[in-house]
This record gives sequence, structure tokens and C-alpha cells, in this order.
Amino acid sequence: MVASKALANALMMEGKWVQTFPEYGVERRGAPVVSFTRIDDKRIYLRCKIYEPDHVVVMDPKLMGAVDVTGGLKSGGWVIINSEKDAKTFRMLDKFRVRTFDASSLALKYGLGSKAAPIVNMPMLGAFAKITGFVGLDALLKAVREESPIKKDENVQAAKEAYESM
Amino acid sequence: MSEKIEIRGERDMPVNAMSLGLMTWNKTGSWRNLRPVIDYERCTGCMICWKFCPDACINIENERPVIDLDYCKGCGICVEECPKVAISVVKEE
Amino acid sequence: MKKVIMGNHALSYGAMMARAQVIPAYPITPQTEVVGLLSELCADGLLDAKFIKVESEHSAMAAAIGASAVGARAFTATSAQGLALMHEMLHWAVGARLPVVLGNINRAMGPPWTIWTDQNDSLSQRDTGLIQFYCESNQEVLDTVIQAFKISENEKVLLPSMIVLDAFVLSHTSEVVDMPDQKLVDEYLPSYKARYRVHPSDPHSFGALTTPDAYYELRYKIERSMMEAKELIKKAGEEFGEVFGRKYGLIETYQTEDADFIIVASATVAGTARTVIDELRAQGQKVGLVRVRVFRPFPFQEIRQALKGAGKVVVIDRNISFGHSGIFFQEVKAGMYDQPDRPPIFGYIAGLGGRDVTPDTIKEIVADAKGKQKSEENIIWIGLKP
Repeated sequence: MVASKALANALMMEGKWVQTFPEYGVERRGAPVVSFTRIDDKRIYLRCKIYEPDHVVVMDPKLMGAVDVTGGLKSGGWVIINSEKDAKTFRMLDKFRVRTFDASSLALKYGLGSKAAPIVNMPMLGAFAKITGFVGLDALLKAVREESPIKKDENVQAAKEAYESM
Repeated sequence: MSEKIEIRGERDMPVNAMSLGLMTWNKTGSWRNLRPVIDYERCTGCMICWKFCPDACINIENERPVIDLDYCKGCGICVEECPKVAISVVKEE
Repeated sequence: MKKVIMGNHALSYGAMMARAQVIPAYPITPQTEVVGLLSELCADGLLDAKFIKVESEHSAMAAAIGASAVGARAFTATSAQGLALMHEMLHWAVGARLPVVLGNINRAMGPPWTIWTDQNDSLSQRDTGLIQFYCESNQEVLDTVIQAFKISENEKVLLPSMIVLDAFVLSHTSEVVDMPDQKLVDEYLPSYKARYRVHPSDPHSFGALTTPDAYYELRYKIERSMMEAKELIKKAGEEFGEVFGRKYGLIETYQTEDADFIIVASATVAGTARTVIDELRAQGQKVGLVRVRVFRPFPFQEIRQALKGAGKVVVIDRNISFGHSGIFFQEVKAGMYDQPDRPPIFGYIAGLGGRDVTPDTIKEIVADAKGKQKSEENIIWIGLKP
């Protein structure tokens, strides 16, 4: 959710209209969380959940057993997964363009979260921004700084390294 | 009425929600990230954990506390409150 | 300056920019962030207001009434069961003619327990005498808080206002909001100078016993103020447009000029309906939208004008008056009764308890009504699982 907000903020800086919202529910630690973002060049009037996303970012690959992460995903869409494994491992996703990125290791390198629970949202956002080309590095890093509740420098550095490594 | 009602539509439902959120099948233990484990060597059976558990997940069996893992959400209050430091947590996988 | 903020924070920033002086509040999902941010703004000294943690919503409105009675600008926010608990005090604020501004996040009433949106909480307060605004975007939420104080505090009005936004669909959705310049807000909304107030050196009572000799006339005055409010809401919305570039009125129309089929909706459902209208227009269907922004005072004239000449009208209600129909439907239909050549009006219920209202839901409504000659039922259920 923090990553979605940072993405929305960065896109706003580049003059886009954005709308971002969590899956409306009773959030609790450890439960799968879904967050949606709509992007447009003009004002967004549509107000409902996103059933057919263009792209998906998977922050925790363990979710892939429990949740149909590509449900409704348009064919040819990006699936960006936080994993140290090769993209070919996720062969069930043949219809889509798959990229993996080891955001957990990068998060730990910058002291974001703990080994048991690395906080990967900003590095994943960096990777997403570069792969999709939706948003430039300057706006991205400014937004990451604004939206990171703590460890602003570390989050910015992690997002930057993620962006540049793609 | 302890079974989960499969809701296909209005016809399957009772007039109120009394059977839609029944705790017999809504096992909140699946929410748990950390599992409390009691070291019975240290436990004196004082039952302070039983008193503090906010979800009534500690049962008394043979004068000893036993954690009901079907419902324990792993909040860790028992770990904090145990005067004998007899409860520790392990990560759920 | 533009910012990405959630609907709840749009309420908080609205109250901050309106320079609310007293904020008594009690948290409830999905309103919590409104109060959270306001308490932080007060604690950080960014808002010079007294934040009062109260023990219930009844007390929240009671404290707001007390603050308003001594001439302070008072704001609070709540949702669903909280608004229901506040009910007695809403009558109190109206009867005492105190311009409190209240934010309400539309959440369906329990039981069964729910946190998701529908309009039955705020519409249950229909007959209290609150001015009611239904918002479509976070921008409108923020802008309306500022306008609401201006309208409520006008001496011709002196009635409390309620600003309503859909749970989660707005309250927890973050989007781009243009933050008004504080200096311009201060010029648009000068500080509140209460004409009627209590002070230790000038004691009065706002709730004294009133015999049948006088009560009747005081009720008449409330109704007359409601009627005055209609013009003042329009004026405040126009003036707001001149200063900030965003105009507001009692209703908003979209593609109605040549429409032979008109959808009447409110809040975020109206936004989704716009996208459907664009789609249907591209297929050559002449469909238009009336969004009801102000529910009390009810905009009879504006709705009659907008629906004049339409072949068919559908009203989409995310609410229900059990034993009757959707509430907007009742009101629109009653408003059209004495109009010559009134169109058939169909009443649809959709999205109760947060059931998602998608473009498909609205297309289904349009197709259903197009296939019917007359409206014979008071309620048509859309998406009901049999």
C-alpha cells in the first residue's frame, strides 16, 4: 500500500491522474493484501475494483500458491515477482511477460526490515518503474522519500539501485 | 448448525447472519504468524496466561494451560504475561 | 499545490483549511484516519484547534454543539452506528440553529456487521434538518468542507451540514487533490462571528422549554432557512469556482441536453455512470446523467429542469427504505409528480453493503429499463443472487 501511494505520488508529479486503493477489507498482519492503482492522462471517474489489470507486482512469492495473482491479468501484461529465482521457474505464467527481482536481498542490504520480514515495497517499486517505464527516476525517488515513513535515505537508495539494476 | 453454509444466493441464507460467520468453522488460528509454545518444565499452572488471553484460547487440562491453536492468533500476550517465562514463540511456516 | 491524499484526509485538510477551532471526535472504521490526522495536526501545532477525545459519538456532537454555542467553529466526523448514536444530538444542533460541520463516511448499518459502503446511515438522518452533501471525489470532499462552513454559518441559514463520502471507495482511495491556497481560503471563509451565542457575561439558553405558542413558528423558520440555503449553496459553489476554479451546485448534469434516457445517481456511483455514458454514447445511445450533490435541501427545480424532455429516467439507489423503495427514487418521483409530460421513472437498488457497482452493473440497469415500457415496481433489484 505504501508502494502504491508512492507510485501514485510519482505519477502525479509527472502530470498524470491516479487513483490508488487497497482491497477494501479488514487488514491484518500476515494476511495477503491487494492494492490497486489506476493511471490516466485525464481525470478518472471510474470507481470500482480492478478486475482486469494490465500488470501485477507480487511482493511475496509465497502468495502464489494461495492467491491467483494473474486472475484477470491481460495477456502480454507484466508479472514482476520478488524472487531470487530465475523468471523461467514461473513457467505457468507463459501467457505473460515475467520478470523476477530479488528485492528481499536488496532490502536487507539497506537495512529495510528484518531477515524474517524484509520490507521490499520501495525496491519493488524501483524495479516496476524501470520495467514498465511508467515513471521516471527523478519523480520516483522524490515520491519514495516523501512516502517512506522511516529510513528515507535507505529506501531511496534501495529504489534507485533496483531501478538501475533492471 | 455448525456447518458452513455455502452461499449461492438468497434462498440459501437464514433471515439473519447468525450462521454466516460461525466461529466453529472460522478458525482464526490461520491468521497466526507466531505460535506460542509452553515449556511445561517451567509452567507452574498459575493460569495467568488463561486470564490474559483476549481470545479465550487457553484451556485448562489437568490443571495445566493448553493453547487452542485452532483459534490462537499469536498476539503474544501470554508470552508477555507469564511470570515464569515459560511461554516462548516460534515462527509459523 | 497538488497532493495524493485519501478521502478521509481530504475531510481533515478541509477542516484544517477552514480553521476549525474545536474538534470533538470518536474513532470508528472507516472514519478513523479523519480523526487521526486532525489530532496529529493539532498536536503538531499546524492547526490551532482544541481536539477533544470524547467517549461516544453522542458526546462528540454534544461537545460540538457546546463549542458552536459559544461561537467557535466546530467540526466532527463519524460513520454508520456512530452517526446513529449521534442522532439525538443532530436534532439538537438543528433546533438550536448551530452551524456545526460533520463528515460522515457512508457505511452500511449492522447487524450483520459490515464496514463497507451504502447510504442508509446518512439517509436515516433525512428528517433531522441537516444540510446533506454527497461527494464524488476527494477534491469535492475537501472543497465542500470549506463551502459547508460558509453556508451553515450564513445568518440566513444557521443549520448544521453533513458531508458524505462512500466508505473505502472514497474514504480509503488516494487520488490527486489540488490543495487550495490558505490565504484564498481565509478570504473566502472569514472567521465565524456568531450572532447568537452564550457567554458568561451574556447568558442565554438554546434549548429552553417552548410552548405550542412558539414551537410551530420556530419550525417554520428552520424550513425557511433550508429554502434560503438552496440559493446560498449555489452562490457559495459559484464563488468557490471563481476563486479556486472548481464550480459546484445542487446537482451536476452530464450529457443531458439531448438525452432521451437519464440516469440519476449520487456519490461515486455517479462517477462510474459517467464512464458508462461515454461508452453508450459512442454506440449512438443518447444517455445522460444527473448527479444529486445536495440531498437536503432537495433540489426540486434543478431536477425538474434536467429531466424535462427525457423519455425515460432511472434512479440508482445505494440505500433502501424498507417497505417503500430506494430513497432518492422516492424523492425524484415525488418531485416529478405534478410535471406535465413526466417521464416514466424506474427505481433500482444496487451496491448495498459495499457490493461493487461496476460499469456492467450500470449497463445492466440501462438495458433493463430500456426493455420496459412502464415502471410498475417500486424496487428493481440488480445483481441479487436468487
